[in-house]
Amino acid sequence: MNDSAVMWSRALTELTLSFHIVYATIGVGIPLMIMIAQWVGLKNNDEHYLLLARRWARGFVITVAIGVVTGTAIGLQLSLLWPNFMELAGQVIALPLFMETFAFFVEAIFLGLYLYTWDRFKNPKRHLLLLVPVAIGASMSAVFITIVNAFMNAPQGFDLVDGELVNIQPVLAMLNPAMPTKVAHVLVTSYMTAAFLLASIAAYRMLRGSKHVYHKKALHLLLKLGLVFSLAALIVGDFSGKYLAEYQPEKLAAAEWHFETKEDASLVLFGVLDGEEVKYAIKVPYALSVLAHNNPFAEVKGLDQFPEDEQPPLYIHYLFDIMVVIGTFLIVVAAIYVLGKLRGWKFISSKSFKRIVLAGGPLSLIAVEAGWWFAEVGRQPWILRGYMKTAEGATTSGQVDTMLILFAGLYIILAIGSIVVLIRMFRNNPIEREIEEHKQVEGCAGQ
Amino acid sequence: MSLEILGISVLWLFLFGYVIVASIDFGAGFFNAYSVLISKDHILANVIKRYLSPVWEITNVFLVFFFVGTVGFFPQTAYYYGTILLVPVSISLILIAIRGSYYAFESYSGKGGHIGYTMMYGITGLFIPASLSIVLTISEGGFVKIVNDEPHLQFAKLFTNPLTWSIVLLSIVAVLYISAVFLTWYGKRAQDEHASNLMRKYALGWSLPLIISVIGIMVELKGHVPEHYENMLDLWWLFAISGVLFLITLVLLFKKKNYGIAVFLMVAQFGFAFFGYGISHYPYLLYPYISVYDSFTNETMAIALVIAFVGGLVLLIPSLYLVMKWFVFDRDYACGKHDHHV
Repeated sequence: MNDSAVMWSRALTELTLSFHIVYATIGVGIPLMIMIAQWVGLKNNDEHYLLLARRWARGFVITVAIGVVTGTAIGLQLSLLWPNFMELAGQVIALPLFMETFAFFVEAIFLGLYLYTWDRFKNPKRHLLLLVPVAIGASMSAVFITIVNAFMNAPQGFDLVDGELVNIQPVLAMLNPAMPTKVAHVLVTSYMTAAFLLASIAAYRMLRGSKHVYHKKALHLLLKLGLVFSLAALIVGDFSGKYLAEYQPEKLAAAEWHFETKEDASLVLFGVLDGEEVKYAIKVPYALSVLAHNNPFAEVKGLDQFPEDEQPPLYIHYLFDIMVVIGTFLIVVAAIYVLGKLRGWKFISSKSFKRIVLAGGPLSLIAVEAGWWFAEVGRQPWILRGYMKTAEGATTSGQVDTMLILFAGLYIILAIGSIVVLIRMFRNNPIEREIEEHKQVEGCAGQ
Repeated sequence: MSLEILGISVLWLFLFGYVIVASIDFGAGFFNAYSVLISKDHILANVIKRYLSPVWEITNVFLVFFFVGTVGFFPQTAYYYGTILLVPVSISLILIAIRGSYYAFESYSGKGGHIGYTMMYGITGLFIPASLSIVLTISEGGFVKIVNDEPHLQFAKLFTNPLTWSIVLLSIVAVLYISAVFLTWYGKRAQDEHASNLMRKYALGWSLPLIISVIGIMVELKGHVPEHYENMLDLWWLFAISGVLFLITLVLLFKKKNYGIAVFLMVAQFGFAFFGYGISHYPYLLYPYISVYDSFTNETMAIALVIAFVGGLVLLIPSLYLVMKWFVFDRDYACGKHDHHV
């Protein structure tokens, strides 16, 4: 084992995943938003919704490009940085990884078809049909990859006899106990993030003085969707708590600084740790027992049940809090908007409310990052819970630190490039102008 | 057919798909950069853009499919290749990432034609096949040492060996040749005589270096791994068919007719050679440490992967058919009569 290789491998994986997940989340969520907007546009014969779909699709191409190349990177890095882990896990969990390539294939093919056939069909509904495999492919990619991640948290579908894997059942491995909540959580939060990110852009345009009804329609559609998906995330999050209590109690206990196994457990928000004493925290009585077992008096396992070298780091508490607080904030924002529309509140048309919506986009991305960090760091010290520790899975190569620098440089270039291109794309072609213009058809080359 | 053979054949077929599709892309980028540099300007820009734009992402998927499938069918490769390939594959990854994303930036941001970008796009297109081809060289054996049970790549030995450089050379020349033949046809199809004639000239021009580099590899291989060389001689007929197809392709190009058939023959030519090489490499994935047999996954997983593969093909084939029909074989699309980009 090579300790510095382990450290650098973790750092490089964290970096790649943290970068990829932004584009991956957008990549899963946006196709659904485009589909809904285009469908509403076709149904109501409303040019504005069709333009929404079209402009989102244009921006989406840029983010999807980064998602594809960084996804390729993490796909290979799994073997390059964690060769021991992949050799072991590959025997049991290769199936969903393999299926993901097909989902990705279908998504890539139909995205090409969709992007290059706008207005090609006499019946525009047929064009919308091309987007269906894109959205399904994107979501299925997330499903399959999340299944692999779930397997790392709750491995099953094999027996370990004298260091050899026997009795392997690939489908059972896919249907592991972590799978349902994890997959559902990733999907709904991707849709939620996409809705709030796009709403954030609409709010920004309105704050900058655009009075066009186009932005109002966008905001209205997106915040309604945002409410649906953020509430769904809340429900799935509750189930995730129950999953953790049952199958990974050490992760929940570390997240909640729940040291002693006891009944009537309260939920701890923020605070600081002094030894095992929690100070300055907001405590919600019985809430942890409810989260874990749906019963305010139930017993929740504490960290005292686990040997010290099998406990996750305690700072995941803050990651958990960030995720939960932002999630709650987004539900409140979307709920205020929907209620305000029904009741005719002035507040939702105010600049302050637009600023809050503007903050929602970046905040939802922060929640995604915090959530994934929580999921990954909370599994430590395991790479395959109960079977292989992270340190055992890593490469022994001495060059990981150099690779980390190279990839860090790459991600900086890609981040700047994608942001600059996106800004330029929409600034050079504002919606007001696009509504005026009609497309020119190019002549044949060489004529 | 045993599951091992089935698995490696499927993977090899997809790698072949990647080689062809990616070569067209890489070569096109290089020719474009070259034509801009010698101020023939954007003769090729239109044709290349029409072909590449809808398909670049698909190219990438072939590669992903290959390496994910390899780890799936042969998990032991993850350990050996994963450990030794960290540096070379990371470099390939970075090049692929820059090339892919800047392609998207350029073509979708509506602000095209930046010279520095065009050059970078052209040059990375040659570096990527060169860096990926190193993996084939390593698989021949002789560059990996086992120290304390851990495989180590011997960089100095690898980069001073003429075999390495002859394979790098072939990868670059093949990229240029494959791309030129394809674009000769696509240019014709797009009714762009200029582009088509220029590409025809390049195709003919790169045919001789192609043969020279192939002969170079045979010579080096004979010295480096005689066993593999002997295996290739046993399969002489595959390489002979490949050679005949190559000659017919050249005749068609020379006579300026049947470019479509020429492309087909060219793909078949590389197919025969690629499979001849692959079969003669059998049974080793990394000589002499891993073979398709000792690295193979368990039978249950193998069957599950094969079923998933068949299911995947049922989805893929009709989708790829649509791409071909709408973008590659659609004359009106190729020449720009439809511009339905979002």
